Amino acid sequence: MEHDTHPAVRNKTFISVWAILVALTMASVGASSVHAGTASLLVPLLIATVKASLVLWFFMHLKYERALFKVMLLFPLGTLAVIMGLTFVDTWFR
Amino acid sequence: MSTSVASHHSDYTGAKIGMWLFLFTEILLFGGLFLLYAVYRAKSPAEFHEATKHLHLALGLSNTLILLTSSLTAALSVSAIRRGQKYWALWGIGVTVVLALAFLVNKYFEWKEHIGNGMFPGSPALTSLSHGENLFFGLYYTMTGLHGVHVLAGAALLCVVYVFVNREKVNQHSYSLLENACLFWHLVDLIWIYLFPLFYLVT
Amino acid sequence: MEKIEASYLSAYGQRKGLAGWLTSTDHKRIALLYMSAMSVFFLVATFLGVLMRLNLIAPGSHVVSPRAYNSLFTVHGVIMIFLFIIPGIPAVLGNFVLPLQLGARDVSFPRLNLFSWYFYMGGALCALLSLFTGGGAPDTGWTFYVPYSVKTGTNVSLAVFGAFLLGMSSMLTGLNFLTTIHRMRAPGMTWFRMPLFVWALYATGWVQLLATPVLGITLLLVIFERAFGIGVFDPARGGDPILFQHLFWIYSHPAVYIMILPAMGVISEIIPVFARRTIFGYKAIAFSSLAIAIVGYIVWGHHMFTSGMSDMARVVFSLLTFVVAVPSGVKIFNWTASLYKGSITVSSPLLFVLAFIFLFSIGGLTGLINGALSTNIQIHGTYFIVAHFHYVMFGGTGFAFFAGLHYWFPKMFGRMVDEKRAKAACILMFVGFNVLYFPMFILGWQGMPRRYYDYPAHFQPLHSLATVGSWILVAGLLLMLHNLIRTIRHGLPASANPWQGTTLEWHASSPPSIENFDVIPTVTTGPYAYPQNNGVSS
Repeated sequence: MEHDTHPAVRNKTFISVWAILVALTMASVGASSVHAGTASLLVPLLIATVKASLVLWFFMHLKYERALFKVMLLFPLGTLAVIMGLTFVDTWFR
Repeated sequence: MSTSVASHHSDYTGAKIGMWLFLFTEILLFGGLFLLYAVYRAKSPAEFHEATKHLHLALGLSNTLILLTSSLTAALSVSAIRRGQKYWALWGIGVTVVLALAFLVNKYFEWKEHIGNGMFPGSPALTSLSHGENLFFGLYYTMTGLHGVHVLAGAALLCVVYVFVNREKVNQHSYSLLENACLFWHLVDLIWIYLFPLFYLVT
Repeated sequence: MEKIEASYLSAYGQRKGLAGWLTSTDHKRIALLYMSAMSVFFLVATFLGVLMRLNLIAPGSHVVSPRAYNSLFTVHGVIMIFLFIIPGIPAVLGNFVLPLQLGARDVSFPRLNLFSWYFYMGGALCALLSLFTGGGAPDTGWTFYVPYSVKTGTNVSLAVFGAFLLGMSSMLTGLNFLTTIHRMRAPGMTWFRMPLFVWALYATGWVQLLATPVLGITLLLVIFERAFGIGVFDPARGGDPILFQHLFWIYSHPAVYIMILPAMGVISEIIPVFARRTIFGYKAIAFSSLAIAIVGYIVWGHHMFTSGMSDMARVVFSLLTFVVAVPSGVKIFNWTASLYKGSITVSSPLLFVLAFIFLFSIGGLTGLINGALSTNIQIHGTYFIVAHFHYVMFGGTGFAFFAGLHYWFPKMFGRMVDEKRAKAACILMFVGFNVLYFPMFILGWQGMPRRYYDYPAHFQPLHSLATVGSWILVAGLLLMLHNLIRTIRHGLPASANPWQGTTLEWHASSPPSIENFDVIPTVTTGPYAYPQNNGVSS
């Protein structure tokens, strides 16, 4: 049976990633309490994206996968971006 | 099934591709809801801000921490099984399931309180509020509800995997099932990572 | 070993008879399961269509009640689209042929494949149950537009849930095929040695995977809206019904490509075989499949030109719609160029293909008329649209499906289809089709709205003509079905490769053995290596 070529990820790596995720969560709560208009929406979303990337990259092993998986992930994300963008072409200009 | 002959050997990479493709469909399933959220948030930002005051940041935050931690234990269980540490793998899965249930209990009390306050879809208390607040709550119930169903499904899946690991059908040499179940679990976490700021942190 | 060499049609495994079929994870058996169920649904929906036409034979001829008429076009649409055209080619021909063409023994996830069939049947059951339960058959049209679909007392929720399950089935089939194509290709079969049908299914798989979930969530929202009144589509609570249309068409326009892409793949398989030469522009056809899949995502707004979208969106979507015609045009030119100077044998599959090219060209070109903003205002919601999409879906996908059936029937059952009857049926259907649908272009242009129960007298000649056309078409259909069913028992035995095809499925016996190939073939050339018919060594 075919297997992953990389060795099992070290626990230390995962725990550090988790610590960063928790820190980022706290940071986004902090950022949202500063009422700065649009920025107070964008900053938490940006932080969420960093967190999501960490989960994908480490927890979901994307870092260790072959290129195929990384490229494929762009398809749904691209699709989502495109359908959101084009819907806004309607709602924004209405 | 009797039809499969020796040639249907298990394809480790194939199974993983299949799982990732399934996760893509989940991304787009929630994507439709994110699309609605984005449009309505853009239309009535002030009302969304008002509506978020009805939610408890502390509950949302604790659920976020619960899910992040459960993602950690799930990831640890995969590493453990690959090192052949059955006990630690079981521990990881077990803690993940417990945290999943904790999340649901939390969510239950949160919903219960809203509904107790008369804030449920179509209720007089809700419809008397502005359109934007109404939409916020419509989306809140739909998105967290659908996410909750996924938490439940993920927990059930992990319970099955727990049994398989215990019986050593999932082991150091064949751990595809555990890895893919954990991929699903991480996706559930991933979606919550976005739901949290969208519902609890909008200002 | 003897057991494995037996035909997949013969009894094997622990369970015999019907149970052996209903629990089989063999891709060939699952294909036939889909085919038998689909034939029934197709006949039901055809009957509903004929009934609709009968009602329209003359103004004031009330064969059915107005309310029943609304249910007729809704149910006709739902069945034809969700139960026949969308799953048709991938689930039947794709399931049967894909692993054979790849030189594989099955798809990547055989059990999931069977599971998809049960999803399909569950969805079909819900859709059919919705006709007789609750408030009666849905009367919203197959598009389930809000706010009417939320307000109507008919049994929309169950029908919508049925469509949700059918979506799951389609999505899981796409997932299965994508993984299969990535993982199960025979040794030596590089991406550019894959048959074009496989390329088409690959592009389709991505569309099934990435578009269907959006429909899923949209339909769930309709159910939630009906059950709880969450208000996201309800203007009275701030919701925007046009967003429903966006979400609906974000799936349903790409769904048009789920229907047509595999059809184009079938055409690309049949043409080189009956022209005895390699396909012209292999890579152009392969890449145009991907291009259609990608561009097909960004044109959905052209269904909503008159719905109250912003002008900016209308201009953008109209422009993008013209772009999507380019890859389809590329294919048409490549097919005709492949026929040019070929040594053509007009057997029944090719006859269906020629009918396809003719009808699909009309359907495609009238699509451009719909896609242009100014003309769209005139013809939106008229019979012009009805004619257009029947030319694309039935004239396109339907005829390609029949072409594929005639082409692969000898492989499926090991028997040759009677050519004379097949050709007669094809010609009859072609004539009936044009008599039925061409007048609708004119009717629509003159302003006849779709989905109307009655009409003013001056539309009568064309309406009556169309009704007569429906009879000719159905006669052809019945002849074809009779001929195919007759073949299963009484057809002449077929050799492994009756058409002298070069793709791998013709290296398996007819009908194929349970495990498809005794030895997995090794591929050394492209798929259409004519004239030297030695592309493969086994």
